[in-house]
Amino acid sequence: MALTSVSIALTGSGGAGVMTAGQILLDAAAKAGYHGLMGRTLGPQIRGGESAALLRLATRSVQSPDDGYDILVAFDWGNIERFRDELPINPGGLIVADPHAGPVPDIMLTSQPHVAAVPFFDLAKKVPGGRVNMVALGLVATLIGLDHEYLMERLAIQLHGKGEAALEASRAALDAGAAAAEGLEHVPRLHAATPPTTERWSITGNDAAGVGAIQGGVRFCAAYPITPATDILEWLAPNLPKVGGSLVQCEDELASINMIIGSSFGGVPSLTATSGPGLALMMESLGLAVASETPVVVVDVQRGGPSTGIPTKSEQVDLNIAVNGLHGDAPHIVTAPLSIADCLFTTQWSVHLAEAMQTCVIVLSDQMLGQSRTIIDKPAELAFVGRRKVAEATNAAEAVPYRRYALTADGVSPMALPGTEGGAYTADGLEHDEFGHPSTQTTHHTDQLEKRRRKIESFDYGDHWALVDGDGDADVAIITWGSTAEVAREAMARAREQGVSVRLIAVRLIDPLPVDQLSYALAGVSRVLVVEQNHEGQFLRHLRARMDLPGRVEALHRPGPLGLRPGEILNRILAR
Amino acid sequence: MDAVVKKPQDYKSDLKPVWCPGCGDYSVLASVTRSLAELDLDPHTVALISGIGCSSRLPAYSTLYGFHAVHGRALPVATGLKLARPDLTVLVAGGDGDGFSIGGNHFVHACRRNVDMTYIVMDNSVYGMTKGQASPTTESTWTGSKLTPEGPGLAPFRPLEMALSAGATFIARAFAGDPLEMTRQICAAIAHPGFSFIHVLSPCVTYRPEQKEWRTLVHAEFTEPETDRKAAFLRLLDDDGFSTGILLKSPSAPFRPTTAASEPISALGRQFAI
Ligand SMILES: Cc1ncc(C[n+]2csc(CCOP(=O)(O)OP(=O)(O)O)c2C)c(N)n1
Ligand code: SF4
Repeated sequence: MALTSVSIALTGSGGAGVMTAGQILLDAAAKAGYHGLMGRTLGPQIRGGESAALLRLATRSVQSPDDGYDILVAFDWGNIERFRDELPINPGGLIVADPHAGPVPDIMLTSQPHVAAVPFFDLAKKVPGGRVNMVALGLVATLIGLDHEYLMERLAIQLHGKGEAALEASRAALDAGAAAAEGLEHVPRLHAATPPTTERWSITGNDAAGVGAIQGGVRFCAAYPITPATDILEWLAPNLPKVGGSLVQCEDELASINMIIGSSFGGVPSLTATSGPGLALMMESLGLAVASETPVVVVDVQRGGPSTGIPTKSEQVDLNIAVNGLHGDAPHIVTAPLSIADCLFTTQWSVHLAEAMQTCVIVLSDQMLGQSRTIIDKPAELAFVGRRKVAEATNAAEAVPYRRYALTADGVSPMALPGTEGGAYTADGLEHDEFGHPSTQTTHHTDQLEKRRRKIESFDYGDHWALVDGDGDADVAIITWGSTAEVAREAMARAREQGVSVRLIAVRLIDPLPVDQLSYALAGVSRVLVVEQNHEGQFLRHLRARMDLPGRVEALHRPGPLGLRPGEILNRILAR
Repeated sequence: MDAVVKKPQDYKSDLKPVWCPGCGDYSVLASVTRSLAELDLDPHTVALISGIGCSSRLPAYSTLYGFHAVHGRALPVATGLKLARPDLTVLVAGGDGDGFSIGGNHFVHACRRNVDMTYIVMDNSVYGMTKGQASPTTESTWTGSKLTPEGPGLAPFRPLEMALSAGATFIARAFAGDPLEMTRQICAAIAHPGFSFIHVLSPCVTYRPEQKEWRTLVHAEFTEPETDRKAAFLRLLDDDGFSTGILLKSPSAPFRPTTAASEPISALGRQFAI
């Protein structure tokens, strides 16, 4: 039976090359016309250790993982107990394992999958220069019905410069895998696809965030490495110079946030990327960005917390600190990308917001979004380019003194960039008057507090604040944010197949929460299900602090490392 | 403004400093403005960045572009500014607490990074702004603070040795009581391509009145700047903390990463196409 979606997990430890094989499979499938995504799960080891490439291939666009895996390929079972929870196998699924690794552990058999033995290592050894991951790749492609020519095309790119021999060795290994696939039963085959006629991209969320940053106008980045945000920096480092920008590696996150405050003060749109521990270190200076009205963007690729937590695994746990972590009354903006591909849009939009409102924006991505790869149509060009209201030069002799923090109707005041004659002022974290002169007067304090609040409250966010989808007459609404949005969307689609209509509100603008639009979007529902991946229900608390939710409010939240699955959400929708 | 000869006054704002009468920081402000006038720099092309402390109040008293940032972070703010805007002259000012305690890590890395800017630390061996606690350069037996009634008990931080070890290429020490020498040093520091560090002995008359004695302790020592680190280290072995002058001015290639655009933005997407 041919399926419209097949999920595949490739697992192995220490240099078996599952990530390489996974990406070649995904990209080759994309060439053949399939859509798909690939997540990655890694153990705590610096090198080697258990790792899995988690793929889903489908005939239609998919942005969410499925509930479980239809095929699990295992080269060995080392440390499988550590991440078994992240590898649910669908009932009727197929495990293909190397028999030399010993019997399939009982914990892998709870869903009663079919089991097949394939001696991957022996097969690889028989091919001169053959690698075990290529054998598996040949096997899986054959099982699902993907033409090997697509694999060869991707391999030719991957092995570029390594010579004909390397490519031939890979072909022979693919063939060995294909031969091993012969005669296997209970095979989930994919429905045929037609190769695309338009350009498609294979991109991770972290790379997409980098593209969004540059498209939004960012030309300076200062950062300190941290998992799982480093990939953004590694993408920006070689690409920023191509467009006249630069990236600097700093001594710590205190330096990174302050360097981008300095560069942005100089008029250059600036961004840094980090994860929870780094964001925590940046808090004091984010307050400085708010008070001095210096635009900056911080992309937080969230990981399991608190403290060092689970660096390699995804959780939506930094909403609390992103919204409430600044001291003083410090209105600012918090956004969240709603899919792997949306990391591009949301980051670009966030740069636009920071520049337009001269404030700080925290973008809450996460490991699942950032380190997963997906296939998308080449994105359309977006209209947002960070555009700051700047002050024109004046002849200093006759000019009225420049008021950097002038009280304007929309709260945004023209910013003089250093080098502008007649515009010199001192940006200050001390409370100040309209000129920027330090002041402790009540009126100055309230005026500036209100100005900074007014900026972000009166801004027109358009309909980018959320993706609202589903049925207008539905009884049930799901409210979610960030990486759980696409999972919820799949749950909604499944509910519809069962005759239950659902409305989905995936919130991109976390703060200031657009309460009016949200209330409007919720009009008429009698049940609200708030979905997120954390232990405490941070988003639910945030919603409750800001508005009254209609009808019966239910919470669906649990920590990682296994990402929320569509089936879990569906079950809650159907449980009346 | 170009044709007109500039005066120090052109660089001073109308704001009245919060400093106590007699504070050494007045003299630093005067030396900075005098240096800029001597170098004939347009005020709007110069940025003065600071952290928090009495000494960090400097920017608002100037007509330059200023940034009064948070405690200890002046150097990274200045670094980001200079890297993004290499056309500007960037000065950084602050205290010993700001620069050597809470901002100590940035000090070390700014010396290593060698971005073209001038860092002036007004050292009074005390936290003036928070009313008189021990700083990293306070003598270990100083009992003037209720916070450390027995004295801090720590060996004082040695800023010049630190800067030299960390790789600074311009190192000098000035005394607030000798603004002419300080002006000479600031001019040389601004002209130096790279990170320049000037350690200014700047008395706090309120919490360390005994520092009035510094006038009798300072001695012009570094009359010819060394050009190599080894010679500079040897000179510091004999330093009592009151030697003034330019210790080191060594060949320097400043860190400057910004490059000219070579590709249209739309071309970046090509790498993702399959
Ligand atoms: C994060 C933080 N911690 C503590 C303070 C309080 N504080 C303000 S200035 C200062 C020390 C200033 O000493 P120094 O840098 O030597 O400057 P001085 O006032 O002596 O010129 C301290 C501890 C602060 N503003 N921010
Ligand atoms: S307390 Fe000391 S450092 Fe501060 S202004 Fe007064 S004299 Fe200067």
